[in-house]
Amino acid sequence: MRKHASTLAILLAIVALFTVAMVLGTRQSTGDGETFIGTDSAATTHIEENHPGYTPWFQPIFEPSSGEVESGLFALQAALGAGALGFVLGTMRERRRQRRSAADDSSRPLSDPEPACDAAEPQSRG
Amino acid sequence: MHIAEGFLPPLHAAAWTAVAAPFVIHGTRAISRTIKEHPEATLLLGAAGAFTFVLSAIKLPSVTGSSSHPTGTGLGAVIFRPPVMAALGTIVLLFQALLLAHGGLTTLGANVFSMAVVGPWVGYAAFRLLGRAPFSVRIFAAMALANLATYVMTATQLALAFPGQNGFVGAWSVFLGIFAITQVPLAIIEGLVGVLIFKALRSWAGPELSALGVFSRRPDHAGTKVEEAIHA
Repeated sequence: MRKHASTLAILLAIVALFTVAMVLGTRQSTGDGETFIGTDSAATTHIEENHPGYTPWFQPIFEPSSGEVESGLFALQAALGAGALGFVLGTMRERRRQRRSAADDSSRPLSDPEPACDAAEPQSRG
Repeated sequence: MHIAEGFLPPLHAAAWTAVAAPFVIHGTRAISRTIKEHPEATLLLGAAGAFTFVLSAIKLPSVTGSSSHPTGTGLGAVIFRPPVMAALGTIVLLFQALLLAHGGLTTLGANVFSMAVVGPWVGYAAFRLLGRAPFSVRIFAAMALANLATYVMTATQLALAFPGQNGFVGAWSVFLGIFAITQVPLAIIEGLVGVLIFKALRSWAGPELSALGVFSRRPDHAGTKVEEAIHA
């Protein structure tokens, strides 16, 4: 229970931080144009304003044709990452469960598929 | 966020590429060595890569009124040591440069150096230096500082390229204002996310993590940590 309480507290802290940053940021950016532009655009704007002599000497080979397409591709990146992460976490959870039940069943000889883990195994039952 | 395509003068772009390249090559070798020595940790390697992939895709609003994204490189740096992240981070940056026009090919070297070299090393250093602190604190510091250090480096790179009338220091403070201040709340958020993900990893992959020596700074506690993790 304590474990879940701390997880919940951390999640709440993340949401709170996000909200505070967003509210403070909205106040901050009441100036001209878009709010919450990327820091990369902020930097390029600064360079263009202060170094008018500089022209970017290379253009992206492929550029998403609109903000919508771009955010879609970013979502794709996040989805690929989250999907892979979820798969890995699920697999590890299941692997641990099998390891445990294999250790529980002491009458049967261990058929551990990962002998490399054996060094750390003795503590898996106590 | 990363330095946009074409926004480093050719000389700087070439120099940063030359600086970053050995780290990436070394990192690629480190990955194959890790897989050879710890085949059971291949899944964790995937987790570390996937984690940077997700986090660097999520742009968050910040106190400065602009937005940026976390890096997620601290996790892999703590688990596998920083060289591995030089290679994994480069994959993420290439993906973004080619498909999202975010960052760029000419600035890839500079961006790799900040996100995939400096960030992971700073995070790892924090993790090691805080050897006596509670484990969650070490993870938090590693993740948050890897994130922050990345953008301090980005600001440094831009200040070197565009010193302006006020010289390097003046330009540096301007670029730090753009990048680093924006990054502070994001770094804290990333640190907290890191604590959560590590809780999950410890309870599901405790033996793998201890085989990789993640808990090894305190050998007297390492055993209990693993046991604790397994029973949690």
